[in-house]
Amino acid sequence: MRAGPMHYAISANRLRDGIVVFLGAGGAWVEQLAQAAAYPEKEQAEAALEGARGDEKRNLVVEAFVFPVRQSPAGLVADHIRDAIRAAGPSVYRDHGKQAETR
Amino acid sequence: MYRYDEFDAAFVADRVSAFRDQVSRRLSGDMTEEQFRPHRLMNGLYLQLHAYMLRVAVPYGTLNARQMHKLAHIARVYDKGFGHFTTRQNIQYNWPALSDVPAILDELASVEMHAIQTSGNCIRNVTADHFAGAAADEIEDPRPYAEILRQWSSIHPEFTFLPRKFKIAVNGADWDRAAIQVHDIGYQIVRNEAGEVGFAVYVGGGLGRTPMIARKLRDFLPKADLLAYTQAIVRVYNLEGRRDNKYKARIKILVHEKGVDPMREAVEAEFAAASREFISLPASEIARIKSYFAPPALQARAACDAYEARRQTDPRFAAFAANNVHPHRVAGHGVVTISLKPIGGVPGDATAAQMDAVADLAARYGHDEIRVSHEQNLVLPHVALDDLPAIYDELAANGLATANAGLISDIIACPGLDYCALATARSIPIAQRISERFGEGERARDIGELKIKISGCINACGHHHVGHIGILGLERKGVETYQITLGGSGDETCSLGTLTGPGFSSEEVVDAIERIVNVYMSVRTDRSEDFLAAYRRVGMQPFKEALYETSKGADI
Amino acid sequence: MALWKNGAFVDDAWREIAEGEDPPPAGHVILPLDWWEQERDAFEGSNAPLGLRVAPGVPIERFARDINRFALIELVFPKFGDGRAFSMARLLRERHGFRGELRATGDVLIDQIQMMARCGFDTFQISDATTERLLRERGAPAYKRFYQPGATPEAPVDSRPWARRPG
Ligand code: SF4
Repeated sequence: MRAGPMHYAISANRLRDGIVVFLGAGGAWVEQLAQAAAYPEKEQAEAALEGARGDEKRNLVVEAFVFPVRQSPAGLVADHIRDAIRAAGPSVYRDHGKQAETR
Repeated sequence: MYRYDEFDAAFVADRVSAFRDQVSRRLSGDMTEEQFRPHRLMNGLYLQLHAYMLRVAVPYGTLNARQMHKLAHIARVYDKGFGHFTTRQNIQYNWPALSDVPAILDELASVEMHAIQTSGNCIRNVTADHFAGAAADEIEDPRPYAEILRQWSSIHPEFTFLPRKFKIAVNGADWDRAAIQVHDIGYQIVRNEAGEVGFAVYVGGGLGRTPMIARKLRDFLPKADLLAYTQAIVRVYNLEGRRDNKYKARIKILVHEKGVDPMREAVEAEFAAASREFISLPASEIARIKSYFAPPALQARAACDAYEARRQTDPRFAAFAANNVHPHRVAGHGVVTISLKPIGGVPGDATAAQMDAVADLAARYGHDEIRVSHEQNLVLPHVALDDLPAIYDELAANGLATANAGLISDIIACPGLDYCALATARSIPIAQRISERFGEGERARDIGELKIKISGCINACGHHHVGHIGILGLERKGVETYQITLGGSGDETCSLGTLTGPGFSSEEVVDAIERIVNVYMSVRTDRSEDFLAAYRRVGMQPFKEALYETSKGADI
Repeated sequence: MALWKNGAFVDDAWREIAEGEDPPPAGHVILPLDWWEQERDAFEGSNAPLGLRVAPGVPIERFARDINRFALIELVFPKFGDGRAFSMARLLRERHGFRGELRATGDVLIDQIQMMARCGFDTFQISDATTERLLRERGAPAYKRFYQPGATPEAPVDSRPWARRPG
């Protein structure tokens, strides 16, 4: 897939049900990578991560982290396969996880 | 099978209510994740790639129909309608919500099950031969001893914060189906010269980053000393095992670094010095626990007309009978393996409907007994051969009649990068493609017994080191690559596989497996020489040549 | 730092000896094992109550002959996951017959206190704030059913010697 330059996004798991979430542009947590905020500089993402840590302290999410993404014609895509599988769901059950909702 | 008494039930109930309280404290923010993590791990709850994962203990892989129905119910109500049976004879749910877990644990407790000690640096679920109590080659059923060990090790005050996790396996037959030599402690039931039954004791086996085969500490341990000796081993380990490096913390490293003779001396000295007052097993108590595992009263049957008739007329049934039915100790009966490896399917996964179907079959034809094997299949251990046609039809109707037990498509695969937070590569899709390549038909049968085992990282939950063909998924520069090992075996002839050479890409790896199989087919003396025997005879060279022939050609 | 004993926080009659300090004649100080090994001759003939602090991983044989000289032995949990002191406590109680105060210190968390007690500890030095708060609010967990004998007297359940209740 042709993809643009590297950006950074932030992900975590929601405390209550463990579901993967992404930090959206307004600071709310969203369920689809497509709606996540993408930061061109890693430092910006690190700064946003500090904000997200507040939501860890408020017991909304756990294990927040920064990961690399790229812009593609289809929207944001994770650069690493691990993050891509997290953003989609198990590759062996296309009807499980986030991919089921976007089909 | 073992039935809880009031004490056992109350013990589990205490722990469930404590965890319910901890979950509510966590959700209300009264506890940080750091403080909560040890509690959730104590109760088998992990945070994986997509969601939480709950690992439920199936002690020594034994279930009854009611329990299996409950597992199906949990899959349906709290998960996405399926569960994953693991190489530790447990079941994992991939999508439970944290807020539902106390309710799930209540459901489990209602059928005498729990998730205690399925995680953490404690003594984990004790495993045993999945054919226990049924196989023709058994000295004694290992499960009563596994049950005693299970009870004794539950929330052990001294052994809950060991250097690393600790796995015990017990085997009662000549054929080691429990892979005891790759466990922290392996107990093999043996008969000594005086005719008494006891245990040969193996210590320090394990897979993972540094695979090792266990060393024998004792030729014979009397039954009465089972707990006292286990305590001695675990105490030496707790005091002396390394804690500076988690990859060197298993007891195998201690045995290796200390040496087996000094290890034996230390264990024997500790064993000799400890009081036996409360820890010797009274014969009466062993007998009482054994009575729970009394085999069903099966009548030997000389003729099996219904079974024979179907076998003559239905080749698919005949193939199933040949591959998936193991001799039972009572004539006219069989031990039936229900393969959870449909061609192209996810190894070890079962839907709620499938679990219910197996439970119904066990209740109707199988004396209410089901086993989970470490090969990620289910087993009906006590089946009259004349009932097999009806069982087979019911299995087929539920997509469970794959006739590939022990064949090349009966692949062990860990969850890998599709679920596991520690993974470096996917393992399930590789298993699916290999299974599709070889199938369950004439070709697979011609290839014969061949165990392929796949892990998605060096933690080796897929036991790849002891696969006849082992596959290890790694990440190289952001891409999944797969290393292949040959010649591993987890049985009584235990050996670790040897690396063939450089790894293969996801696209190449199935072709590579096919080349290996083709070499085997061309070198075997005849059909009776299985893959492992042929490999042990001819060695790595011909396989290496076939795998890397292009680079070899370039050298010439 | 607060000292938990018999279900309540109590005043601590002991303190760690400071670097370079001479032990007071009245005792009630806790000496590191190395210190004791170097200075033990100086205590010849003294009856001052002394405590000994032992790091995990130290073989008990190293100080076994002096055990009865001490009124208190303190075992350290450097991290809650380092469980060596559980075994050391049992050995001190069950094998070496130590009857004095056995104190747990370091990363002592609320859910380990009962396990520690079952291994023979009787006092607990609490430095974790949450543990201290929870102990004040609700006390330590007190399970009543166990599947294995500990270092404390407990009664077997029915005929199962490994299944026990507080006796
Ligand atoms: S082997 Fe690795 S990837 Fe597979 S289940 Fe174990 S930890 Fe996860």
